[in-house]
Order: sequence, then structure tokens, then C-alpha cells
Amino acid sequence: MNQPDPTGSPAPSRPPLRVLVAKPGLDGHDRGAKVIARALKDAGMEVIYTGLRQTPEQIVSAAVQEDVAVVCLSILSGAHMTLLPKVVELLRQRDADDILILAGGTIPEADIPLLKDAGIAEVFTPGTDTRDVARYIYEHATVPV
Amino acid sequence: MASDPTPATSGGSAFAATYRHWHETKLAKAKQRRASFTTVSGVAVDPLYTPHDLADIDAAHDIGFPGEFPYTRGIHPTMYRGKLWTMRQFAGFGTARETNERFRYLLHEGQTGLSVAFDLPTLMGRDSDDPLSTGEVGRCGVAIDSLEDMRRLFDGIPLSGVTTSMTISSPAPVALALYLAVAEEQGVALAQLGGTMQTDILKEFIAQNEYVFPPRPSMRLVRDMLVFCTAHMPRWNPISISGYHIREAGSTAVQELAFTLADGMEYVRLGLDAGLDVDDFAPRLSFFFNAHIDFFEEIAKYRAARRIWAHVMRERFGARDSRSWLMRFHAQTAGCSLTAQQPENNVTRTALEALSAVLGGAQSLHTNAMDEVLALPTERAARIALRTQQIIAYETGVANTVDPLGGSYFVEALTTQMEREAYEYFRRIDEQGGVIVALENGYLQSEIAAAAFDHQRAVESGDRVLVGVNQFGSSGESQIPILAIDPALERAQRAAVQSLRARRDNLRCSAALEALSEMARGNGNVMPALVAAVKAYATEGEIMEVLASVFGRHREPAWV
Repeated sequence: MNQPDPTGSPAPSRPPLRVLVAKPGLDGHDRGAKVIARALKDAGMEVIYTGLRQTPEQIVSAAVQEDVAVVCLSILSGAHMTLLPKVVELLRQRDADDILILAGGTIPEADIPLLKDAGIAEVFTPGTDTRDVARYIYEHATVPV
Repeated sequence: MASDPTPATSGGSAFAATYRHWHETKLAKAKQRRASFTTVSGVAVDPLYTPHDLADIDAAHDIGFPGEFPYTRGIHPTMYRGKLWTMRQFAGFGTARETNERFRYLLHEGQTGLSVAFDLPTLMGRDSDDPLSTGEVGRCGVAIDSLEDMRRLFDGIPLSGVTTSMTISSPAPVALALYLAVAEEQGVALAQLGGTMQTDILKEFIAQNEYVFPPRPSMRLVRDMLVFCTAHMPRWNPISISGYHIREAGSTAVQELAFTLADGMEYVRLGLDAGLDVDDFAPRLSFFFNAHIDFFEEIAKYRAARRIWAHVMRERFGARDSRSWLMRFHAQTAGCSLTAQQPENNVTRTALEALSAVLGGAQSLHTNAMDEVLALPTERAARIALRTQQIIAYETGVANTVDPLGGSYFVEALTTQMEREAYEYFRRIDEQGGVIVALENGYLQSEIAAAAFDHQRAVESGDRVLVGVNQFGSSGESQIPILAIDPALERAQRAAVQSLRARRDNLRCSAALEALSEMARGNGNVMPALVAAVKAYATEGEIMEVLASVFGRHREPAWV
């Protein structure tokens, strides 16, 4: 399991952790997604950013194609209860259960337990420190052997 | 600047000597909380500003009088002493029925203008039953699919008696066509209609990303609206050239100022290229700025904006009518400054931001509700936000004299500095070939993303304090009730639009869409064809699909 300093680079013998940062749905607010993408890159991960307006199908396709260990879903439109569980469902159908799925954005506290029940590992809401996201990923992502 | 103890010119050598003495005996020995201080945008702030800081400023030429070129102090001689700013609260959620109720509530509570928030499917030109709209209907604003919805939205609200602002950009011409159709049904003449369409598509490419078509066809649609409104709607602002979203995406105050005004200049060129005389349309260009948390920086920003625009319009574009020189703007308090932690603190933040917009001379103002980091506002939170403006207007006295901070050494120095820095950005944008090239290159977007990242780093290092977030946190977090959108509304809206398609005269509708397609493929003005299409009950999604088949859909590279 990778446990490097989240503000530095990983152990030289290991390839960097691959992370997909994705924007599901029609939401075009990408400030958070871009900040997270850059922060995770600075923390030593290899980050692929999907760009805007991805369907759950497109996100899952990218995740599998890019062979990522983590999918970070950024959403501020209020459509999270529909779109995020759909991403989880599609990943499961592709037998990609070991991919760590995280979410962030304008997600009310009351919805977080429901999202976790649906398979989102953790939800990072406004005010999150990006170092906490990096640390969480290093602690929980499944690294291919 | 005040930090230099050897002022060269004005104030006289007696003042310079006194200042030097104060600096050496008092300031140099005093402890300061930090090694350096900056605004939230990173602009250096000195311990003291003095008459010396106004050395390069000519009071008559640069500051002047309200209602007179260059309008630094305000665009009207009496400003709020003559008429208060419009209290225009942005509202919209669910279907037209819910939003109509909220509009009537806010008007009843003393709001003085309407402002419509549309949902993401509507903003992106998708009907409520489009597969891409699943889960999104009515969540960020009101769902408007057709004339039936638009009519219901303004039910019981005579359009002759209110001014309406509509926050929509790519489908703005469609929204305008819908509004005109409702006005006609109500018996209100085009020339009577007052309001604003946001329209500003350049800021979508730069910051908010609610674009549908590529930049150049998008500008053609703006041109058509500009020409149409100039000819038929003398009380309508066809565009609200926006900095709000640029700032929300993470830009600094100077970037907000510079990119917005650069966009403005691009729209002036658009009107001129369309054959309009600058004085025919420039008086109806309006602006929309953010009211962020750094109090004095915002006030300086608004004053600099007015001064720059006045000079640009008169000297760069040769406008002769003074109404072309004066910049009218709406302000909204900064959504990105609000916190999810201890949300009651957002009432305080919003009040201070609103105060800066008022001291900066805004013509209309929206104050955010405390819960907007989490959801759309509840009725109670929306009411508190409106009351914030009313308290400023009626209790604090700040509205009783014009530009009360004019002449402040700090505010005037900061105004001039921001103006200088904005011109520097204009130069850089011009060097690249203009705004459209600069955004196609990703230059503007990357400036903004870099500023956003710098801000995040400053917050994470603790250098920038966010009360309740990185300092003064509370363990017992307060829970405030938040607005929930009933998913049944999406199902109802989907059913409604499907029912509409079955009920309408489909021959008439298809013919109207065909005529629109032909007009779009040519170079004529699409507005009349759009009005005909909405009257034939073509849905917004169908209209936008027709336009997309002519113009294409824009896909931006994933700049990080």
C-alpha cells in the first residue's frame, strides 16, 4: 500500500497512482475539479481529467481504459443522487470493484450516508483541504501488484 | 506609496518632512501582525495612505463628479439619494409554478426587480426529457421547456410593471423569444419591456462553461440579439457583460475587471461590425460584477471599472453620447466566499460584501442567502438576504450621500492601481489577437486556474484565513434546514413537455423550425424566426438542436 508523504512524490520503485477526475452531468463548474487535479498531481499521482459534461457511461469507459485506481467525481449541480450511484453501478458491471470512488462538490450532509451506501467511499465537501484528499487516496486506493 | 519615506512631489516639503518623521519615529518601530499584507487578490496593502498617494491623481480629471465623465464617483449626480439601487434577488427552482410563487413572495417582501435562475438543462439547451437532463431538472433553477412554462413563470406578474433579468447565455435568444411571446400575450409592447438578458457567451468560454455552440457562431447569435433589441427594445439591456463568473472560477479582482471589460470591448466591436452606430447600442450595454470579501479592493474595482469604460468608450470607440460612456452594473455577493462550516457566518459575509457594492455604486444588487454553499435558498434564508439590502439602504445612512469613500487616500490609490493593472492585461490580450483568440488559446482560463490554485494554497497554508474553516472552527456544527427539490417535479415536467409535443400543431411547429434552420444557415437575423418557433410551441431543446445542427457543438480541451 502506498504511504508516501502526500505533499511529495511516491517511492521511486512504484509507478504513480493513476486517478481520474471527472465531471458528471451538465454542470460546468470546474474550479474545484481543476484544483483537485492539480493538487493530486503535485502529490505525486498521475491525474487524467475528463473535462466537462461526461455521462456516467463515458466516465466508466475512461476509468477502465485509463486503468485508474481512483475515480474522483466533482459535481455542484444537485444531481449527485442520480448520477453518482449510476457511475458506481456501471463500474461494478465492468468488474471494476477495486476502483476507489470519491465524490466532491455541493453535496448536503444528509445525502452523504446515502451516497456511501451506494458505494461512494468518501465525500469531500466545501472547505476540504486537498492534502486530506491525497492522504485518503494513498491510504485507501488499491494499488495493482 | 506610503511605504517610501521620501515622497518626491505633492503635499509640499513640509508634509514630506512630517511624514518622514512619522515613518521613522512611529511606524518603523511598531509591531505588525504580518511581514506583509495583501488583498484577497494578492495586491500589496500599505500601513497608511496619505495625500502623497494622490500625487499622480488629478482630482478634476480622474475623480471628478458623479454623473460626469469619467464617472469614477458614480453614473448619476445623486445616485442613491435620488433612487436606491434595485434589489434584484436571483431566484428559480423546480418548475415554473414553484418559481412563480417564489417571485411573488419576493416582490411582496419588497424586492424591486425580478431575476430568473434557470436549471442546467435549460441553460444547456436541453428539454427536461432529454436523457442528459436526468437528475438535473429544476435543481439549479427553473425548468423552462416551452412557452407554456414561460407563461406560467410570469402568471399574475404584469411584464409592464417589472423589470426582469434572465441569467442565461447560450440559449439567450430563445429565452428572449419566449419572454417576448409572453409579453405579447399580456398586451405589453416590445418598446415597453424593461430588463436584462445576460447573454454574455464570452464569459462562458472563459469561466462558467455553459456554452453550446462554438465561439464564432455564438457571437453571431449575440449580434442578432443586439441588433434586434437596438431596433425594437429601447428599455432592454440585451447583454450583461459579466465578471461575476470569472471571479467565482477563482480569478483575482484585477483579472475580473480586465477580462470583463475586454469582453465588453469585444461586444462593442461586434455591434459596430453589424453596422450599428456605437451610440445606438452602447447605452444599453450593462455589466455584472462580483462583490467579494475584500472590502476596499471591491470598491476600488467598481470605481476603476467606470473610469476605464468611460475612457474606452469615448476615446477608443468614439462614442459621443454620454449615455454610451457610463457603465451601469449589477453586483452579486460572492458565492465562492461563503462557507459550509457555520453557515450563519455567511449572513455577515454577504452583508459586508453588499455594503462594498453599495459604496461602489452598483445599480442593482443580489445578496446571497446563507445556505447557498449547500443548496438553493430556503424562503427564510432568501428573506434574510433581502432584508440585508433593506437594512443597508434604510438604516445605515450610506445611501444618503454620493460616493462617501471618494477622496479616501487608500481608495483612490487602489482605484488608480487597479486601473493601471487592467490596462496591462488589455495590452497582453491585444498582443494575442484579442479576447476570442486568447480564450481559444486557453490563456484566460489558465490565468484564472492559476489564481484559483494560489488561493487554495494560501488557505491550506493558513496564510489566508477562512473563519470557521481553517480557523475558529466549531466542533458542534450547526445544521440549518436546506431546500430539497422534490424529484416528482422532474417526472411531472418530463410528462408535461411530452404532452405538449403531442398536443401542439406539429405541422406549424415543424415549419417554424425549418424556417429557423434556414435563417440560421444564412446571415439574417434569427430573432423573428425564434419568436415564430416558440409561438408554435417548439421546445427550447428542439430549437437549440436545430441551431446545433447548423453551428455545431463546442467541445473544449480539458485545460487544467
